[in-house]
Amino acid sequence: MVGRIHSIETGGTVDGPGIRYVIFFQGCPLRCLYCHNPDTREPSQGKEVSIEELLEDIRKYKSYFKFSGGGVTASGGEPLLQPKFLTQLLKALKNEDIHTALDTSGFANLDTVKEVFDYTDLVLLDIKSINPETFKKVTSVDIEPTLRLAKYLDEKNKKMWIRFVVVPGLTDDMADIEKLASYLAPFKNIERVEILPFHKMGEYKWEALGYDYVLKDTLPPDEKLINDIKDLFIKKGLKV
Amino acid sequence: MFKQWDGFETGVWAQEINVQNFIQTNYKEYKGDSSFLAGPSQKTKKLWDKSFKLIEEESKKGVLDAETKKPSSITSHAPGYIDKDLEEIVGFQTDKPLKRGIMPYGGLRIVKKSLENYGYELDKSVEQVFTDYRKTHNDGVFDAYTDEIKKARHSGIILGLPDAYGRGRIIGDYRRVALYGVDFLIADKKNQLAQLDFPSFTSEVIRDREETSEEIKALNQLKQMALSYGCDISQPAKNAKEAIQWTYFAFLAAIKEQDGAAMSLGRVSTFLDIYIEKDMKNGLLTEEQAQELMDHFIMKLRMVRFLRTPDYNQLFSGDPTWVTESIGGMGEDGRSLVTKNSFRMLHTLYNLGPAPEPNLTVLWSVNLPENFKKFCVNVTINTSSIQYENDDLMRGYWGDDYSIACCVSAMRTGKQMQFFGARVNFPKALLYTINGGKDEKTGKQIAPEFAPITSEYLDYDEVMRKFEQSLEWLSRVYMNSLNIIHYMHDKYNFEKIQMALHDRTILRTQACGIAGLSVVVDSLSAIKYAKVKVIRNEQGLAVDYEVEGEYPAFGNNDDRVDSIAYDMVKLFMEKLEKQQPYRNATTTLSILTITSNVVYGKKTGSTPDGRKAGEPFAPGANPMHGRDKKGAIASMASVAKLPYEYSKDGISYTFSIIPNALGKNSEDKTANLIGMLDGYFSDGGHHINVNVFDRETLIDAMDHPELYPQLTIRVSGYAVNFVKLSREHQMDVINRTFHEKF
Repeated sequence: MVGRIHSIETGGTVDGPGIRYVIFFQGCPLRCLYCHNPDTREPSQGKEVSIEELLEDIRKYKSYFKFSGGGVTASGGEPLLQPKFLTQLLKALKNEDIHTALDTSGFANLDTVKEVFDYTDLVLLDIKSINPETFKKVTSVDIEPTLRLAKYLDEKNKKMWIRFVVVPGLTDDMADIEKLASYLAPFKNIERVEILPFHKMGEYKWEALGYDYVLKDTLPPDEKLINDIKDLFIKKGLKV
Repeated sequence: MFKQWDGFETGVWAQEINVQNFIQTNYKEYKGDSSFLAGPSQKTKKLWDKSFKLIEEESKKGVLDAETKKPSSITSHAPGYIDKDLEEIVGFQTDKPLKRGIMPYGGLRIVKKSLENYGYELDKSVEQVFTDYRKTHNDGVFDAYTDEIKKARHSGIILGLPDAYGRGRIIGDYRRVALYGVDFLIADKKNQLAQLDFPSFTSEVIRDREETSEEIKALNQLKQMALSYGCDISQPAKNAKEAIQWTYFAFLAAIKEQDGAAMSLGRVSTFLDIYIEKDMKNGLLTEEQAQELMDHFIMKLRMVRFLRTPDYNQLFSGDPTWVTESIGGMGEDGRSLVTKNSFRMLHTLYNLGPAPEPNLTVLWSVNLPENFKKFCVNVTINTSSIQYENDDLMRGYWGDDYSIACCVSAMRTGKQMQFFGARVNFPKALLYTINGGKDEKTGKQIAPEFAPITSEYLDYDEVMRKFEQSLEWLSRVYMNSLNIIHYMHDKYNFEKIQMALHDRTILRTQACGIAGLSVVVDSLSAIKYAKVKVIRNEQGLAVDYEVEGEYPAFGNNDDRVDSIAYDMVKLFMEKLEKQQPYRNATTTLSILTITSNVVYGKKTGSTPDGRKAGEPFAPGANPMHGRDKKGAIASMASVAKLPYEYSKDGISYTFSIIPNALGKNSEDKTANLIGMLDGYFSDGGHHINVNVFDRETLIDAMDHPELYPQLTIRVSGYAVNFVKLSREHQMDVINRTFHEKF
């Protein structure tokens, strides 16, 4: 079975625990304004790989996984755009006892992707905003599928890290952030919430692709704002 | 039994010289964390302040002061001090701190030239003595060199040979002086001399007898030198301060007598811990005092200086001495050799700030105590000043009391020495293959003439077949030149005090080397998997190459090319093993360039991998800059596949990563770096330098050197002060692959 991927990063340390073999899937239905991998959007691009090819390569990193408590992270792009390939891949990894993580926006038809989570140890779920309008503005898609998936994972008691990107002038409305924290507080499966400051490291890719980068003049958030937001989540009993 | 040994567990070590046994029977493993450590004392701060001022003044002038009259020997100079009342550990190479001695036994010309470069003039009578009356190592070598060797050396296919300066890379077991006192060692050597009496005296026996006599003289001079500092070291050290001082005196004698390319210290931390623990148990020493002694010891090691030419400094970036100290590792009984003093040694990087010397080297094992691992990687994250080598790999070959000489060469302390052999320019050898033995830059015939490759596109099988032939020639010329060098070095510049601190029967290795491995490997991969078109000049000399299509490059954990790297190392080692090394040495090989990858690249034309003429090689065993595209771990994994079995003199790998690519918070960063090291070493990696900083920091340091006087970075096998690098080297460091994806 084959799927389409953009690239591989063997030294991932920020997409799940330990040292991670990160597979960037090709294709994403979202159009996030701050996307730092815009080159993974177009589903027809990238390159085809088979599960066997990937497995053979991944096996070379087992000792790094073992010593660091790491594993494989499916990221992208949006891996859930290729649910069959993703399921087969994760299943094969679990067969070899390799830790699996899925980095997703949650934007997918839950019924068609449920099987993926049988073989996923950890879900890194991006929630761009709890405010449906802001969510739409940032991503150009609806918020419902993301929240439906979050609920489902809670019911299934699937471990989850929530990721929230602070973009000044876009997602930093404190009332919204407080709402998000309150929304997440009752979940039992959330291990940690990651507050990520917006950065511009993807800007050059937008330019290379000829896309218009609307956040050109936006500056990364200052440390104080990040700390205030962290406190907000901590007060609701969430681990940041 | 000496009364100084009261309180030690006895063992074989008390009967005969056996420091390893003394350590094993007496050391106390420490598994705790670093919270016991003490900061710098007032005295330390004052003394370091004074020392640092001198160091700064020196870096402005190039050289602070130099001797012009008296050739350096163990006893040539009166004692030198910075501030006698502040110094817990005493002793300088000459009568003043940072004043450089002259050592003409290696070669007179280089001494003269170095002095002139810094505005000093060599005393006429010294010049006369070493011209008319006393032959030097350098003179001897050139008397014996063949034209073929001279041509190979001049064209830059054989590089950096120690034919005009001290060969170095010999480590005396300096601990012996502290444990046994000099008289015991003299008695032992006298006994050896008596044993060297056979029915027929071959030249080998006569040489051994002469050398042993020299060693005895050197030990007597060592005693005399220590006495001039008010210390009688004929007897064993009785406490920690004496143990450190006695050990340092032994090392000091070596660096007074020899200006070898690398003058490594050995493996002293855990040995000294035994004395510190004993003093603490007896209430004679506090933690603050113990750290103070170590800090003062390290200050002295930071002030080791040799007189070098500016060319030499350009080649090796700054003023390196490779005072390498090996820390940690595992004992053969399964306990780690980590003690509190392993921590104290590394803690000097905090108390005195980062520095390139001494070259602190952690012998890493996956089984080291977790707390020690954490402490080490945090030192790396904070200072980028230390290197790591694979103890689990080396222990199998060299036991549990080996030390690292220079950058990556392991040797059993006091039981093994090496004949340092610099390295060959591997890419040039490939180019000679294509050009039928002619140099690609000058067109001159350097290797014996053979049929060049004349096809428009390079054919892998033809290139490989001819490359083997050119390596056969190269290994012969290379080995012969090393044999001449080491014969003459033994004859005219014998390391008497260092060899006095060795057993009589030792293992000698002839340490050959390769520069530019990844250039050759990628070139062969390009020839095999893409198409390489040859561009020839009017004389038919191949001077450039065009690569058509893609090829797998070394550094991406791709077996198609990584297997070529493995085969190349093995192939050259096999060629070398056909040669007969001097003094029945065992041939070894390193993949190490130090920082000379820049200069060697300059001397080498365009290569079939797409590298243009004059561009630097990658340092050591590194993949070529920017060609490792699958991230940090893939790059490490490729290097880890290189066979230590065929390159036992070491495989150097330098790795740079930005802090944020190690993880999100400091706990994650620490844990992930530990995971990387455990993974790399358990997969068979031999050595790794780890730099953790942003490219921006380096660029800022280039523009504002005054703000970064102590910024230390790891290069191939050792560390340098970044601001002391030439602009070219600075750019090379900045252009190297920084792993910055996350």
